[in-house]
Order: sequence, then structure tokens, then C-alpha cells
Amino acid sequence: MSATEASAVSTSAPRRLETARPRYGELLIQGLLAVCALVSVATTVGIVIALLEPTIEFFGDVSLKEFFTTKEWSPLFSPPSFGVLPLVTATLTITFWALLVCIPFGLGAAIYLSEYAQPRTRSVLKPVLEVLAGIPTVVYGFFALTFVTPILQDIWFVGEKPQVFNAISAGLVMGIMILPTVASLAEDAMAAVPQDLRAGAFALGGTKFQVSTRVVVPAALSGIVAGFVLGISRAIGETMIVLIAAGGTPNLSFNPSEAMQTMTAFIAAAGIGDQPTGSVGYKTIFAVGSTLFVMTLVMNMVSIRLVRKYREVYE
Amino acid sequence: MTDEAPKQHERDAERAVDPMATGRDPKAELRLGASGGEAQETRDAERGHVFELENVTVRYAGVPAVRDISFKVYENEITALIGPSGCGKSTLLRCLNRMNDLVATATVEGRVIYHDQDLYAGDIDPVQVRKLIGMVFQKPNPFPKSIYDNIAYGPRVLGMTGDMDQIVERALRQAALWDEAKDRLKSNAYGMSGGQQQRLCIARALATGPDVILMDEPCSALDPISTGKIEDLMLELRKNYSIVIVTHNMQQAARVSDMTAFFTVELDEDLKHRTGKVVEYDETEKIFTNPGDERTEAYVTGKVG
Repeated sequence: MSATEASAVSTSAPRRLETARPRYGELLIQGLLAVCALVSVATTVGIVIALLEPTIEFFGDVSLKEFFTTKEWSPLFSPPSFGVLPLVTATLTITFWALLVCIPFGLGAAIYLSEYAQPRTRSVLKPVLEVLAGIPTVVYGFFALTFVTPILQDIWFVGEKPQVFNAISAGLVMGIMILPTVASLAEDAMAAVPQDLRAGAFALGGTKFQVSTRVVVPAALSGIVAGFVLGISRAIGETMIVLIAAGGTPNLSFNPSEAMQTMTAFIAAAGIGDQPTGSVGYKTIFAVGSTLFVMTLVMNMVSIRLVRKYREVYE
Repeated sequence: MTDEAPKQHERDAERAVDPMATGRDPKAELRLGASGGEAQETRDAERGHVFELENVTVRYAGVPAVRDISFKVYENEITALIGPSGCGKSTLLRCLNRMNDLVATATVEGRVIYHDQDLYAGDIDPVQVRKLIGMVFQKPNPFPKSIYDNIAYGPRVLGMTGDMDQIVERALRQAALWDEAKDRLKSNAYGMSGGQQQRLCIARALATGPDVILMDEPCSALDPISTGKIEDLMLELRKNYSIVIVTHNMQQAARVSDMTAFFTVELDEDLKHRTGKVVEYDETEKIFTNPGDERTEAYVTGKVG
């Protein structure tokens, strides 16, 4: 625009500010986005409510004391026994073995990708790792049953060999399943640590390993732990692998070579069974589901608390 | 390194004086008279040097960032590297403690002699280099840990033995930070002001027992009061350490440094790459009052920059 044109515009009419008009389109978009956010919250609330009613009814029939102290779980037999402990120990045992795989390997993979790998290596490895997260869990289940269990039976050197269905095979494979998620989240957290901190640590004579483990990992701790918490939550909630590889026998034991049934495996098995709606057997599903929900919730809260306490905050 | 306490008093007394005045000590006045000609050469023979650079060229992916740098950095002096942006001052500084090793594409040609050893000789451990040649960065970069752990990090990774509390206290006292930090050693370093954080970074570098401190524009993120404190501190540290400082602030170079290297940028033949080189290296007084090259004069008098 030339100077004359500009002056023509400014002199033709006084400069006026227009009054605001409501922007309906904007309001509509805001509303739609809010609905998107609410869907997941509403679902969670819905699940809790759905769990709550049959659970309360269940505890009308079976006392809390019986549920948490009896050592046998056979709710569908007669006479029934409602001790949830075998299912809880099974879940904990298998989760323990999963963590034994995923904590060291997940952290190691994250440190490698973030601190050691050349950018090109990283740009290839990380997507591959993330593809692993997309393998259906049923595939992992058969991998555990048909590949890992025979190997374990061959190389087992303490006590009795693992049974065909066993906790350790399911646990180790579950660890491999959650590894990509954990490694990827931990790597994101470590990559976000400012380069300044690394430079400062190197300038003090730190080796690459010292800089990684003493400066980068502590600084990224909250993100790393968030990754592990997500991993553990998935492990506790994982159903297919344990259903296929760990067997369906409630078993109050921490022995990894034995078959055991986790809470999720029970829910799946009982859910596809023929329990009449409203029966005690039917309500056990919800009672176990609530127990699982509370366990996961408590674990998440404890880890958030721990992270708040130990994390290192950088600007 | 010994008897910190009395020095602390000296420092406080010194700081009471106008900071501009503390920049020029009597020693420096003597040196002014001695600069140039034969006197210069005799004095060169007398004073020891920590670094001797011989035709140093640093390339990033084959492109020279600085070319053919040769000068000596003297012991217990402050050497300032000044010049326009992109002239390779920081690149050269990072060469002096092998921080450029961390950049995969960087290569160093020529020789960097530290006392009597070639820093880039095949058998030199870069980790050991960085223990003896500390570095302070442009932006304060304390670790997100407690003040105490920040100082203790270096000694710990280097496996230094001895009373860690004592090491921490000594480093903080040397960095004139003890009085401000002693009651909050366990609290996070990010709770400190920017100037305090930078002095913490200096203390952190001192804790590993270096003999040279490299400073890469240490005051560029700080206010004038914090800057004054860091400058006072540098003048104090000069008694025990040699300091090389990159600065964009010419008044700062004039106030604190003994020697100044003026860098300039040159475009190569096809006008694509910018390469830094040293135009002039001399006593700071000479650079600022009677420079030998007109480019230096134009820069220090503010005609270009």
C-alpha cells in the first residue's frame, strides 16, 4: 500500500472500535472440547458406581473379615469359600516378576536411548520400541506359554521345575510387554532434562555414566517414576497373559514355578462363565474388581507421594 | 587455598570500596608501564603460563569456527576473550577443557599445551582435564539438588576422599557464598537468586581443586549488583587460580582482566562460513587505551560491535 492510499484511508472516516459480538462458533468449540474431556471422567465415575452397588451387596452376604482373611478362594463351588488372598498374592507375585524385568531393562534402555545412542540410532530404535507396545497381549500370552515356559523348564536349577502354567513365565513376559511403555516414557523425561545440566556435570569431570545416573536420572525422576507407575498399573490390570500362561487355579503361594490365578484372570474366567445375575458368584466378580481398583488407586497415590518427595525440580 | 578466614575479611574490606576501583589494583598499574618491547619479553619469561595455544583451529563438521589461534594464558591472571557474536570465543574456551569432545562433529587442530602437556595428546583423560580445568557457564546451571550436594557432586564423582563437609565449606567460602548459604545447605539450589546460583556454580567448580577456571559469559544473565560480586570474586580468585573469561561486556573485560584477546569474524571466499580469529592479544590496558589494530580500536570504542 502506498503512502497516499494509507492517508486516504485514515482521513476518510474517524477510527472507531466496533462493539463486541458474541462468537457462537468459539463457544460451540469450547463446549465440544469440554465434552471430550468429560467423557473419560464420566466413564471412570460410571465404572466406580457400577462396581460399588454389587460390591456392597456382596459384602452383605460375605463379611469383610472372611473376604480378606480366609485362605481359600472357591466362590463357585459348594460350600463356597470367599478368601481373596490367593488372587491378591498371585497378582503381586506376577507383578513382582514383571517389575524385575522392566525396571532394570526399562531404565537401561531409556539411559541408552537418551544419553548414549547417536541421534540416528535413536531415531530408528525408539519407533521400533514403541511398535512393541502395539503387540496384542494375547500374542504375548502364547509367547509365554509356548516359548518362555519350555525354556524356563529346561534351565530351572532350584527346587521343582515350573509347571506348564506358572507365575514366572507370565510375569517375565508381562515385564517385556510393559517395557516399551516404561522405556519410552522414561526416555522422554530424560531427554527433557536441560543440556545445561549435563554440560555442568561433564565440566566437573563426570563420566558419561556418572552424568547419566547422578544428574540426568534424578532430574528426570518424576517422569521416570510416572512411566513405571503406568507400567505397574498395566501389569496389575493385565489379563490375557496371565489367563493363558499362569493357569486358572487359585493358589495362595509366592512360588513362581506354580500355577496361580490373578484377580483379573478370575474376573475374566468368571465373567464368561454362567453365573446367574444377582447370585453371590456373580457379585464376587464385582468384589474382586473393586479390590483391584482400590489396590491400583492406592499404589498410584503412594507413588505420586513418593515422587513429590524425592523429585528434583529444575526450572 | 589455605587460611580462608582472614581472606574473607580482606574481601569484605575490598568490596566496601567502589567496585570500579577494585578492578585496578596497584600491580596492574605496574604492569602497564612494563608492557611492550623488550620489557614485555623479559616479563613473559618470568611469568608462568598455564596454556600455550599453537595454531589452534576448531572445526565443526569440517567448517572452521576459529582458525590459527596462538597465544599464552598466564598463571594467576585473568585473561579475557572479547569480540563480536559468532567469533568463536566460546568455542575456543571449550577447547581448553575439552568440552568440545562432547560435540561429535568437533575437531581440534594445532596444539593446546597445558603447563607442559598437550591437552589433546592421545593418552590424556578428558575427565582428568576437567577436574583441573573447571568451567562456569553463561546461565547458572546448578543441579536440581541441595546446595550441599551441588558442591559435593564433583568431589564425589572424582572419588575424592576427605571430610566432605570441609570440602563443601571451603568451596563456599572461596566463592564468598558461605555466609549466605551456611544455614540452608540442605535446601534446593534453585531457591537461590541468579547471582547466588552463579557463585554456587563457581564454588562447585572450585570444589574439585582445579587450577584454572574457564568462565563463559558468567554474568550475562545477572543484574549489575550480582555482576559486581562475581567480578570481585574473580579478582580474589586470581590469587590462587588462573581465569579465562569470555565476555560481551567490554567494561567487564577492562575492569577485571589482565590480558585481553580480541577476536573478529571473517567470511570465507564463498561468503558462506564465518570463522573467528584473534586480531590482537595484549595487556588489557593496551587493548583498551592504545590498541595496535584499528579493528580492535573500532570495537573497544564502540564504533562497531
